[in-house]
Amino acid sequence: MRALGRGLLAAALVTLPLWLADPYYLHVAIMAGIFGVLALSLNLLLGYAGQLSLGHAAFFGIGAYTSALLTLKCLWSFWPALAAAIALAAAAGWLIGRLALKLRGAYFVLVTISFAGVISLVSVNWIELTNGPLGLPGVPAPDLGPWSLRTKPAYYYLVLSGVALSYAVCRRLVRSRIGRAFVALRENEPLAESIGVDVTHYLVLAAVVSAAMAGLGGSLYAHYTRFVSPEVFLFTYTVTMVIMVIAGGKGTLAGPLVGAVLFTVLPEALRAAASWQWQMLAYGLLLVLLVFFLPRGIVPQIVASFSGHPRSAPGSRAPLR
Amino acid sequence: MTLSVSDLAVSFGGVTALDGVSFAVRPGSITSVIGPNGAGKTTAFNAITGYLRPTGGRITYDGAALSGLRPSAIARRGIVRTFQRTSIFPSLSVADNVLTGLHLRSTAGFFDVLAGRRRLTAEESSLAADADGIIAFVGLGHRHDEIASALPYGEQRLVELALALAARPRVLLLDEPGAGMTGVEKTVVSELIRKVREQGVTILLVEHDMRMVMGISDTVIVLNHGRVIAEGTPGEIQAHPDVIRAYLGAQHGPA
Repeated sequence: MRALGRGLLAAALVTLPLWLADPYYLHVAIMAGIFGVLALSLNLLLGYAGQLSLGHAAFFGIGAYTSALLTLKCLWSFWPALAAAIALAAAAGWLIGRLALKLRGAYFVLVTISFAGVISLVSVNWIELTNGPLGLPGVPAPDLGPWSLRTKPAYYYLVLSGVALSYAVCRRLVRSRIGRAFVALRENEPLAESIGVDVTHYLVLAAVVSAAMAGLGGSLYAHYTRFVSPEVFLFTYTVTMVIMVIAGGKGTLAGPLVGAVLFTVLPEALRAAASWQWQMLAYGLLLVLLVFFLPRGIVPQIVASFSGHPRSAPGSRAPLR
Repeated sequence: MTLSVSDLAVSFGGVTALDGVSFAVRPGSITSVIGPNGAGKTTAFNAITGYLRPTGGRITYDGAALSGLRPSAIARRGIVRTFQRTSIFPSLSVADNVLTGLHLRSTAGFFDVLAGRRRLTAEESSLAADADGIIAFVGLGHRHDEIASALPYGEQRLVELALALAARPRVLLLDEPGAGMTGVEKTVVSELIRKVREQGVTILLVEHDMRMVMGISDTVIVLNHGRVIAEGTPGEIQAHPDVIRAYLGAQHGPA
């Protein structure tokens, strides 16, 4: 039954450009995929290791700028630029992880916000490198050997691979002793230390992997929109990621993806149905309702209602096996 | 393989919590630390296990210094503790709690995990079997898949004990394992502590329940106002005039 469901979902995703040929719908699917990568990335840190990063757009932006600059100014091709974007974002994640080691809770959140603020200021003011607020137009579309991935269906498959890769990394980590160590830190840090979990090592690891994944999302974004500006550092991006993770279900593997699809499709659907003010109102109302009625997120609620344990525990329960 | 504490001093600002405490825990023994509230028992535990940096003195295990190490590094050397206030991973099942406690028994690194090595599957299933064994040992087999925070208090304390055992201790420090338990539950815990010792684990215990302490300890150390005032067998301690004075005040006979 579950295997059948998964098979159908995979088939639907792979054949999507065939039955959803409208470029506008494909655009929405691509954006949902990019945000899916970002939400998976944030979830690793927030949902599993239990650290809220409100500067996650910084890693996204670092990925986007690295990839754009290397292809535009150094004329690198897409693939090495993508690898460099991931590596540089990971290095930034390492830095934040080290800096934030002694800080938890609100203090960690403040460090991540300030970090994003600083990076954003750099992107606005280092005009020789970043072209300042005007941004970097003309980021090239990626190639795969002789094929250009310029078309929407081709780019859809690129993003789908990125989502699949990120999901696989999360899944393997979460179901290993590493994922259990992350969850141990979230659940009870002193106890985690008492059983030998090295807090430094695992917090830094969570930050590095999470940032690397956000860098992947940034690179995919830059080569899709073909334009990068300081707007990639906007707080809105971080907030969107947080909403996706929490509404979908933090600390679950599927939750962030469900959240990403829902909160990419919904604003687009509302745009067709209502004027801008009504859109925001409906969006806000839906959020409030979600938090009220599904406080643990959509995916845990569905899992709970199917397995017959509606009140297993407060907070999120990470599937460990 | 002796855990020894010499001249241990801890002060918080102007308050002296421990003032030159020295003792050695004989390998394979059950040693209890008792004393009135505020005597410094938990402070000593926190200093030994790295949760608190002592202001003076030395803590060694098997000749090697422990002072200055992080709690996780001390755990890796086989010195594992439990906490006075129940400490579990609340939203995980009993099985996942213990599986998490097996962290030090597994070896997979980041790249092993990403590569999805075949050996990992074998390691995971052997860990699951280990976890089941430990859960059965503490008598929580019937709670295997239940969420730990939903268990009754006494059983949560058993989860805590199972977690500590999963870390494969050579010295196990138990901070009031019987606190808040019913008489029957305390008997169960005492029996478990004895069984753990039979497996070659040294036990250092902080406990207020005198019946439990006197029933299972080989050696009892008495702390008062941050100093060791007596050390000996349960019989010697019960007859020690300073101990009686510390617990009951002066001019009273033994209870």
